[in-house]
Amino acid sequence: MTLSLMKGKLKGAQQGHSLLKRKSEALTKRFRDITKRIDDAKRKMGRVMQTAAFSLAEVSYATGGNIGYQVQESVNRARFRVRARQENVSGVYLPQFEADIDESINDFKMTGLGRGGQQVQKAKDVYTKSVQTLVDLASLQTAFVILDEVIKVTNRRVNAIEHVIIPRTENTIAYINSELDELDREEFYRLKKVQEKKQQANAQLDAENAARKAKALAEQSQDETKQESQEVPDLTAQTEDDVIF
Amino acid sequence: MEANKKRTLIAVMGDEDTITGMLLAGIGQVSNEPNKEKNFLVCTDNTKEEELQLYFNQFVQRDDIAILLINQHIAERIRLLIDMFTNPFPAILEIPSKDHPYDPEKDSVLRRVRRLFGE
Repeated sequence: MTLSLMKGKLKGAQQGHSLLKRKSEALTKRFRDITKRIDDAKRKMGRVMQTAAFSLAEVSYATGGNIGYQVQESVNRARFRVRARQENVSGVYLPQFEADIDESINDFKMTGLGRGGQQVQKAKDVYTKSVQTLVDLASLQTAFVILDEVIKVTNRRVNAIEHVIIPRTENTIAYINSELDELDREEFYRLKKVQEKKQQANAQLDAENAARKAKALAEQSQDETKQESQEVPDLTAQTEDDVIF
Repeated sequence: MEANKKRTLIAVMGDEDTITGMLLAGIGQVSNEPNKEKNFLVCTDNTKEEELQLYFNQFVQRDDIAILLINQHIAERIRLLIDMFTNPFPAILEIPSKDHPYDPEKDSVLRRVRRLFGE
């Protein structure tokens, strides 16, 4: 019974191993894709940020001063937020950020009111775009970190099953088999022994019987001869008085 | 995963120009809650490392920040802290600043990418 249990376990382990291996392969494929895209996106980000910085320089030129302080003071509520969406890749949830712009909020109505309003607007647009690029990059990066972790865990499991659980179960099965064989041989030997004993007993019984029979026979034949010798009486030797003719 | 739905903000640590630009894009959020007054920090060369570490930890521990943008030259000053931070949330993104062009060699994530491919 334990043997069939173990065999079931081994089968389960093998199936789990192949499934996990497939999962790991699927994730790795995805992972490679993402790393490549991260690399590209990071390079693209460099260019985008440069353009953005340039547009900000235009602003400070047009407004004739630093607007940083004014901007920092007039900040109140976030217009640009992100929303996390989830994507399922072979059982792993990867977050995907989406830009969520609330157009009704505008904290910088006064910025660039005197002059340079157009440049300020342009800088706003350019920066919004670049932040969008950054948001995309952030989702890639988060996916990268999560996938990295999950792949490690999956590979650890695959290896554990392959190198620990399967050999251990196989060993147990081999042990059970050898033990069963041993039991089998013992049983066989026992039966043989019993048979041998029985045969011996039979032989003895036979021999005894035979001996008894022979003895009986011998006795009988002796008896017979005795009887014969007794039964043939010497009639002449007998003298009977009371025979009346 | 449900907890991550609350994360909607983008935080920035950077020099004044970067902050100004990001705020113009509209990511700034100011509130009265303790430890959540601002989601941006203007760093100069005079800002002390301890202060950077303090604010970095504060941003990382907030539960409403999804992405933390940080200028690369500032990230360089608290590199150890960033390398040690491996949680998926918030996503830490190193961005170039006006005076410091972007160097992929220094980026924590890109370094990990390269290490994985054995270069």
